[in-house]
Amino acid sequence: MTDLERHDYDVIVIGAGGAGLRAAIEAREQGLRTAIICKSLFGKAHTVMAEGGIAASMGNANEKDNWQTHFRDTMRGGKFLNNPRMAELHAKEAPMRVWELETYGALFDRTPDGRISQRNFGGHEYPRLAHVGDRTGLELIRTLQQKIVSLQQEDHRETGDYESRLRVFAELTVTDILKADGAVAGAFGYWRESGRFVLFSAPAVILATGGIGKSFKVTSNSWEYTGDGHALALRAGASLVNMEFIQFHPTGMVWPPSVKGILVTESVRGDGGVLRNSEGKRFMFDYVPDVFRGQYADTEEEADRWYKDPENNKRPPELLPRDEVARAINNEVKEGRSSPHGGVFLDVSTRLPAEEIRRRLPSMHHQFKELADVDITAEPMEVGPTCHYVMGGVEVDADTAATSVPGLYAAGEVAGGMHGSNRLGGNSLSDLLVFGRRAGVGASEYIAALGDSRPAIQDADVDRAAEVALAPFRDASENPYSLHQELQQKMNDLVGIIRREGEVREALDMLDDLDERAKSVGVEGHRQFNPGWHLALDLRNMLAVCRCVALAALERTESRGGHTREDFPGMDPEWRGVNLICTLDGSDAVQLRRQPVPEIRQDLLELFERTELSKYLTAPELARLDAGGSSTQQGSADGSDRS
Amino acid sequence: MSYDARFKVWRGDAAGGVLQDYTVEVNEGEVVLDIIHRLQATQAPDLAVRWNCKAGKCGSCSAEINGKPRLLCMTRMSTFTEEQVITVTPLRTFPVMRDLVTDVSFNYQKAREVQAFSPPADLQPGDYRMQQVDVERSQEFRKCIECFLCQDVCHVVRDHEDNKTSFAGPRFLMRVAELDMHPLDTADRRQAAKEEHGLGYCNITKCCTEVCPEHIKITDNALIPLKERVVDRHYDPVVWLGNKIRRRSS
Repeated sequence: MTDLERHDYDVIVIGAGGAGLRAAIEAREQGLRTAIICKSLFGKAHTVMAEGGIAASMGNANEKDNWQTHFRDTMRGGKFLNNPRMAELHAKEAPMRVWELETYGALFDRTPDGRISQRNFGGHEYPRLAHVGDRTGLELIRTLQQKIVSLQQEDHRETGDYESRLRVFAELTVTDILKADGAVAGAFGYWRESGRFVLFSAPAVILATGGIGKSFKVTSNSWEYTGDGHALALRAGASLVNMEFIQFHPTGMVWPPSVKGILVTESVRGDGGVLRNSEGKRFMFDYVPDVFRGQYADTEEEADRWYKDPENNKRPPELLPRDEVARAINNEVKEGRSSPHGGVFLDVSTRLPAEEIRRRLPSMHHQFKELADVDITAEPMEVGPTCHYVMGGVEVDADTAATSVPGLYAAGEVAGGMHGSNRLGGNSLSDLLVFGRRAGVGASEYIAALGDSRPAIQDADVDRAAEVALAPFRDASENPYSLHQELQQKMNDLVGIIRREGEVREALDMLDDLDERAKSVGVEGHRQFNPGWHLALDLRNMLAVCRCVALAALERTESRGGHTREDFPGMDPEWRGVNLICTLDGSDAVQLRRQPVPEIRQDLLELFERTELSKYLTAPELARLDAGGSSTQQGSADGSDRS
Repeated sequence: MSYDARFKVWRGDAAGGVLQDYTVEVNEGEVVLDIIHRLQATQAPDLAVRWNCKAGKCGSCSAEINGKPRLLCMTRMSTFTEEQVITVTPLRTFPVMRDLVTDVSFNYQKAREVQAFSPPADLQPGDYRMQQVDVERSQEFRKCIECFLCQDVCHVVRDHEDNKTSFAGPRFLMRVAELDMHPLDTADRRQAAKEEHGLGYCNITKCCTEVCPEHIKITDNALIPLKERVVDRHYDPVVWLGNKIRRRSS
């Protein structure tokens, strides 16, 4: 056991995006010695890519907005499969989490009376997204990063050491969570730069590693999104929930090939952009599903009036939830009405003056100009669906973000449940803040209860983790890059936006084959900043996570949100009550089981019209509702909403 | 549409290295980062390069292309002729770790030395009121993706290693300006700009503005106004106080 660097902390936060940084801020403010581990440089996490905004019912643009409305929109967007308690906490606490950012130094765009401006977005009844042009994610990550620096400055003034309570370990990858007697004892990883191993002793670990998009060929996600947290949780004994639900964002770039998948923000549509097919038709009017009929405009004229007068007109169907728009685009392309490079047209150039486009959508203007030679103020963009977000994730307790493993927490995209079967735009950044903070509180309460009896890492576990990490340095023939490319292509083709039983079975066979071949992946060179080695280790995580996705996609014989089965096109109320849970068995094979969705409290159900609920719930559930349930109206005593 | 391009890529570590020749396929619409990735996947699996978003938003893939500081992901191959040899080297101002990856910790140290946002003590979350016109100046600087190309190109540190201790570089002087122009920041940052962050070293050659991939007018909008305010303060603190109060009440 040579060359092992050791550290001791109260809590380890794995991931330095919005959720990780918010969790770390909370943990440090609760008095915990906190380590933040990021796979990249500090401040580069994928949160930076978020464009549109942070959803929070502050009511600055429309005073009718409140947490109840936000809750309703979130449940509708998720097709009622959301963990209702998470959706409730999220809706209640999002405004305070946004206001807090201003105290850290964030500069959002403003309303005329000086408050935070809020924009329209798909699935949100009122303008709700706090934003900074179309670079809100950058503002969020920089603000949190600077808050961390500010806390380090406080510690420096007090102790003479910036890193005495809060330290960022940049370019370090965690490969295993270590446990003792069933509880978290620490984490094992390596410095990307030197390849040296690092051992962290800590009784609490917060996973905030983001998503799994790099398992798909066409994706808006960056290289870090290899499902590390999902896989770490599985291997530590925690469970994943509803991994079949993957959001394909309707508008990714489709050309040139090297940028295929890069995100085109939904704000383009929120601010007036429309989708047209090769015949010039605004096709979204043909794709309003029954559950949303009555909430969306029937004619172009009404849709266009809505931007000026939302009180008296219905919203344009371009602003349907993302799953609906992605499927519609997919269908237009399939039926031969695509743009030249296999997408559809997204046009804002005929809808807003050029100056206004440059002001509201500066980074889109920049991105298309630089990468595709397209001037979006003068011509339409070509767009198509791109793998964007995984709704499924680590199963957690809504209030504390705790997993089933003592000491292990998860927040942000890596956690599951909050968004049900489909996430609304803008609900991710708010999710990161609300549950990042809750994870920090949860971990600190756990540690307080633990007292001095901290689990101790076993040497044998460390040796084993080192052995697994070094395994790719063997004389073997499989190239990690080729394996990764194959996995991405097959997941895209076989478990992508539209799924069929035969193809998903084929994907599972493919995963058997790749699992076998992954055993003989070999990498060249040495341990110092070796991307081939890094990929070989990430591949292990992607393979485990992809199997969960495929198994759950095969099991769920209905179509809902981010899971579309061509052979089962309808939404089935029986399935609304079912979560699909993945765990590992003793031999590290993925096991899938069904589990009931947590019940929606009566007072939350009463926020909806019965006619709407009847589209989602089973007859017995409706009968219980009609009988009045057992609970009565509960206030928002535990929320921090100010509306 | 595709052709074979000739590349020279710096390979090595802190101990030294060489420009290595590669011939590699290029397809329509590709950027330099695509070519580096193709090299990794086909010829040089251990070629070290930093990158994240591949969309010009995270500022990770900074390097020098034919001697110019650039983002690898935002440099299109179509800007070169098919005959041109393309040379890719690591950022020159920072110590090399391996191949195209440099040790940029200098920047994180400097970030830590800039006093954080200091809001009015009695202002509660939710009660912040600012006008769009007043936040716009600082918002321009917050477009910064921290690619550190401006830090790399600035001759104050590029050519003079000794200056690194006393000069924060354009990125962090701009951060000082950003906070100074924040409508609700209460700190006086001018003395620190001059004495701790080395504003006086900048002789406004505008190299930083030229390389900024976000097209932030670092020199004109941040550094020059900051210099003016530092000078103002030295002449007449009463004028400064007056300005600060007027600005706040607008």
